[in-house]
Amino acid sequence: MTPVPAPASGPRSIELAGGLDLVSGRRLEHVTVAYETFGELDEHGTNALLLCHALSGDAHVATGPDRFGDVVPGWWEPVVGPGKAIDTEKYFVICSNVLGGCSGTTGPGSIDPATNAPYGLRFPLVTIEDMVDVQAALLDHLGVERLACVVGGSMGGMQALAWARRHPERVASVAAVATTWRLAAQSIAFNEVGRTAILGDATFAGGDYYDSGQPSHGLAVARMIGHITYLSDDSMRAKFGRRLRQRAEHAFDFVTEFEVESYLAYQGRKFVERFDANTYLYMTKAMDYFDLSAGHATLAEALAAVRSRLLVLSFSSDWLFPTYQARELVDALKAADAEVSFAEIESPYGHDAFLLEPEQQRTYLEPFLARIVAEERERAMASARQDQGGAGS
Amino acid sequence: MTVSDLLRADLRLITELVPEGSRVLDLGCGDGSLLVHLRDEKGCTVRGVDLSPEDISSALARGLSVVQADLDEGLPGYPDGSFDYVVLSQTLQVVRQPAFVLREMLRVGKHGLVTFPNFGHWRVRGYLAFRGRMPVSRSIPFTWYDTPNIHHTTITDFRDFVAANGGEIEREIPLVTREWAGRVRPAKVWPNLLADTAVALVHRRAD
Repeated sequence: MTPVPAPASGPRSIELAGGLDLVSGRRLEHVTVAYETFGELDEHGTNALLLCHALSGDAHVATGPDRFGDVVPGWWEPVVGPGKAIDTEKYFVICSNVLGGCSGTTGPGSIDPATNAPYGLRFPLVTIEDMVDVQAALLDHLGVERLACVVGGSMGGMQALAWARRHPERVASVAAVATTWRLAAQSIAFNEVGRTAILGDATFAGGDYYDSGQPSHGLAVARMIGHITYLSDDSMRAKFGRRLRQRAEHAFDFVTEFEVESYLAYQGRKFVERFDANTYLYMTKAMDYFDLSAGHATLAEALAAVRSRLLVLSFSSDWLFPTYQARELVDALKAADAEVSFAEIESPYGHDAFLLEPEQQRTYLEPFLARIVAEERERAMASARQDQGGAGS
Repeated sequence: MTVSDLLRADLRLITELVPEGSRVLDLGCGDGSLLVHLRDEKGCTVRGVDLSPEDISSALARGLSVVQADLDEGLPGYPDGSFDYVVLSQTLQVVRQPAFVLREMLRVGKHGLVTFPNFGHWRVRGYLAFRGRMPVSRSIPFTWYDTPNIHHTTITDFRDFVAANGGEIEREIPLVTREWAGRVRPAKVWPNLLADTAVALVHRRAD
């Protein structure tokens, strides 16, 4: 039995000194970053891992007190924790809420110091790269110079990839799971339907709904659409089939009848209670804009400066970010002569598999992380020895 | 016991053929034993391709970069001539499209190193001739209906195969392996009859 882990230091936040210049050219003067850490940084500073969350995630990646003080499981609970694939007894794990988020980090729901009211749609559009810059500033604050690995799934995987391009000297490795180097038209299309549902909600009020209440219906519809893209035909058939809920025959009415309807309605309701509709707009837009090849003729050219070792994992039934997109990325990394490893994990769970397949991910993540941290430690000790030698002579 | 003692006989020979500091791609690299040896003992830059999750996992633990891919889909991404050596060890006979795989090897590598079981070996011939059954032997240890080896070749056939696919054989090393003695020696005469395994160093024919 694994003992119940000691509560981590819990949710904390910092204020970034000096504001933040965004990719769009706009500037945010005040940025708060909410984050949590698990485990301890070793003496050479070689075991730090940054975990990046997906669209609806937050800094609470594993068990510990959340920002309300309740001890609750994290969003990547099966993968992160003592003795798990990302072992918090071995590694110093950092996870922060992304820029534009709604779980403690500055986002559209935060107070704009210029007006003393929530930003709403006056919040500047943010990009995946902006999110990465905020994470880098957080690491500066924490005194973490170099990361052994940046790990992320879905939108978190995009951040991990952006790290490799943006800070090649600072990340020893990157593990990008169930992600893509840029969204295909189909994924942008689903995002746009979600945004349209929110923007068209009668209570949206141009984004200034913080006093009057969320555009619940629109956000719930967006979440329902999202959930469909996270599952697969197989997983839906297995999970719901055509089963009816609490009735034997059709009602000949528009009430919730099928199990799958009830599931989606529940997911929608639950989401509205914890997530800000404006953040949903900003996150989906950041994903739509993301293009790892931006500024270059080819993806391989864009990746020429990558120095990190990479592990790319896809899932066989993920049709939101399908394996062919992971392979495009891997082929470009091969062409750029990067140290890249890739595997497709067989799973029926669709895009959500990255949250539901801990053991298959462990097959790759555990040895990958163990090796890179060992190499980092070796490197740090060698350079420490060299420094000592230099001082002595 | 050194690392090379643990390597399969044909792999040991490959480590001798690959010069120090080469760039090496191993197709069907397994747990990466050959690549680790080439990296650590000969300072090579190494990459691998394999299918098995367990093998890729072991390779990752050794710091190798291995891509899961089906060789029958070629070697997309790797630029022409981007490796000094592309190794295909005991794998040619399991692919569906050996000609395509060879052409891809010759495209990506300045040299190719192919090892394969020789179906022309006297034991194999004898098995079929005298027993009237599909051969099952040490180097071909499968029944005909349940075997990954779907494209058997002999040393003589291999020569034609390379020539027909734009390649040239630089060097051919027919081997007699004696596992019971832990030894391998070259077959000096009648290679297609006496060698159970062959190692061939190939390159693309300049057109």
